[in-house]
Amino acid sequence: MKTLVWVEHDGTAVKDATLAAVTAASKLGEVHLLVAGQGVDGVAQAAAKIAGVGKVHVADDAAYAHQIAENVAPLVAQLMGDHDAFVAAATTTAKNLCPRVAALLDVMQISDILSVEGEDTFTRPIYAGNAIATVQTSDAKKVITVRGTAFEKAAAEGGSATIEAVSSTGDKGIATFVDAEIAQNARPELTSAKIIVSGGRALQNGENFHALIEPLADKLGAGVGASRAAVDAGFVPNDYQVGQTGKIVAPEVYIAVGISGAIQHLAGMKDSKTIIAINKDEDAPIFQVADIGLVGDLFKVVPELTEKL
Amino acid sequence: MKVLVPVKRVLDYNVKPRVKADGTGVDLANVKMSMNPFDEIAVEEAIRLKEGKNGGGVTEIVVVSIGEQKAQETIRTALAMGADRGILVTSDEKVEPLGVAKILAKIVEEEQPSLVILGKQAIDDDNNQTGQMLAGLLGWGQGTFASKVELAADSVTVTREVDGGLETDRFTLPAIVTTDLRLNEPRYASLPNIMKAKSKPLATKTAADYGVDVTPRIKTLKVVEPAKRSAGVKVADVDELVMKLQAMGIAK
Ligand SMILES: Cc1cc2nc3c(=O)[nH]c(=O)nc-3n(C[C@H](O)[C@H](O)[C@H](O)COP(=O)(O)OP(=O)(O)OC[C@H]3O[C@@H](n4cnc5c(N)ncnc54)[C@H](O)[C@@H]3O)c2cc1C
Repeated sequence: MKTLVWVEHDGTAVKDATLAAVTAASKLGEVHLLVAGQGVDGVAQAAAKIAGVGKVHVADDAAYAHQIAENVAPLVAQLMGDHDAFVAAATTTAKNLCPRVAALLDVMQISDILSVEGEDTFTRPIYAGNAIATVQTSDAKKVITVRGTAFEKAAAEGGSATIEAVSSTGDKGIATFVDAEIAQNARPELTSAKIIVSGGRALQNGENFHALIEPLADKLGAGVGASRAAVDAGFVPNDYQVGQTGKIVAPEVYIAVGISGAIQHLAGMKDSKTIIAINKDEDAPIFQVADIGLVGDLFKVVPELTEKL
Repeated sequence: MKVLVPVKRVLDYNVKPRVKADGTGVDLANVKMSMNPFDEIAVEEAIRLKEGKNGGGVTEIVVVSIGEQKAQETIRTALAMGADRGILVTSDEKVEPLGVAKILAKIVEEEQPSLVILGKQAIDDDNNQTGQMLAGLLGWGQGTFASKVELAADSVTVTREVDGGLETDRFTLPAIVTTDLRLNEPRYASLPNIMKAKSKPLATKTAADYGVDVTPRIKTLKVVEPAKRSAGVKVADVDELVMKLQAMGIAK
């Protein structure tokens, strides 16, 4: 089987999530990559070094500058003439793009796979990860998104794939990028952080969140996450949200501060290696999944912890 | 301007899903079912547009649900919130997102809406596909994961929740929008409106009426519970927690 893996990038570097998708795709067969964007020479060079990759297809055109799905999907559909599976890490870019590709190919996408059981059989979470389904597709061509935390990352170095330019399928003229507010964050990205400190509704406001959660995270070199309640209330931006409908994380250590542990939140973090919970309610559901629990008032406990580390 | 809003009946988000002992799926017998929360946000957005948001160019809201007969309850809920009429497409077999998108594409052909607003994902299958597939089939733009929607006469500008933050894109109408959590807070239907909704028009169809083949492409071989985590230890105070962190090598 020949697979085409979507390269997630920011215009200059290949995002880590891509490496998990490469591992998943390599279980299906030969791995080719697709880099789409504008001025992505550097990205293509970096992608060609990923271990185990045969070929990198590069579509460099203004129409692909912001990975507009309306423009990229026809490109992918065309390349799928020569490939059997389109595989992408389940980032928001891929979640936007892949179903459109699947529709153009008339196939049912398999979302967010956890494992490859055979060339047509996969496992995937349903119901916020409260159930794991084994599914088999009858579609000849496959469109698959991959849960990044479920696959080892392929080595970013060591490969020497050939690079091949593909011509643009053009601008469909129905979608235009206006602007973006992308957080410039010095902290580790949530999906690749080794340690994450997350804050919940209990923080009460943005000032408390910054004053308590961030210093603790800085001490530990951790990424910072949040519950939906903390995001909805405006303590932190949307990209902090961990959960069923936010980011899926699986760090070595996840520290939940003032988070109750609703199933939608657990869906995003319960595969963390060690879970630590700080909550004043000893019956909070988060303690049912926590390896280490501390019952206490976060306004007292967190500053003390930061101080003593 | 007409807006089409597809809605799905799913296990209520407050109910903990239980995997059936025979491993065929999640037990839906005798449990509370509700409108998918993202779809409530979609209905709410359509109603606000009709009530005057962005100049109030929206004049009619049509709600569609595809599923078992009971999905008409979900449509009634949307009608009680403020939608105008409903279309129920019944199917005894589960219809996959691709099949749903194909039926919706036919309904779009008939109804000619300027905007279709869907939830970004259903909280049962967590697929996050239908809106994008519909957009692909129709060749329309797709403003996915919307936290802000601004409708103009010939375009819709959508602020989208993406991994790195927010991205704003503009789409030519007609277009697809899918909702994220922060777009709005859906209203509750009042009792008088629930009563009134009972007399709003609701048409019932089948997939065959639209000539769409909804044979599933994906077979579920089995469904199991995930590996369980068990509760660990409670520490008495911060000093003990620090000791634990030191033992794990993440604190000095
Ligand atoms: C469709 C849908 C999707 C969703 N997606 C997500 C998602 O992706 N991610 C997500 O997180 N949620 C999601 N939710 C929301 C989820 O159901 C919960 O509402 C949310 O996770 C609760 O956030 P929280 O734990 O911060 O707040 P709460 O549930 O209010 O918990 C606050 C906790 O803080 C504790 N506390 C209060 N004061 C103190 C103090 N001084 N010291 C210590 N502890 C204190 C309390 O005991 C309580 O346990 C979703 C919901 C829906 C309907």
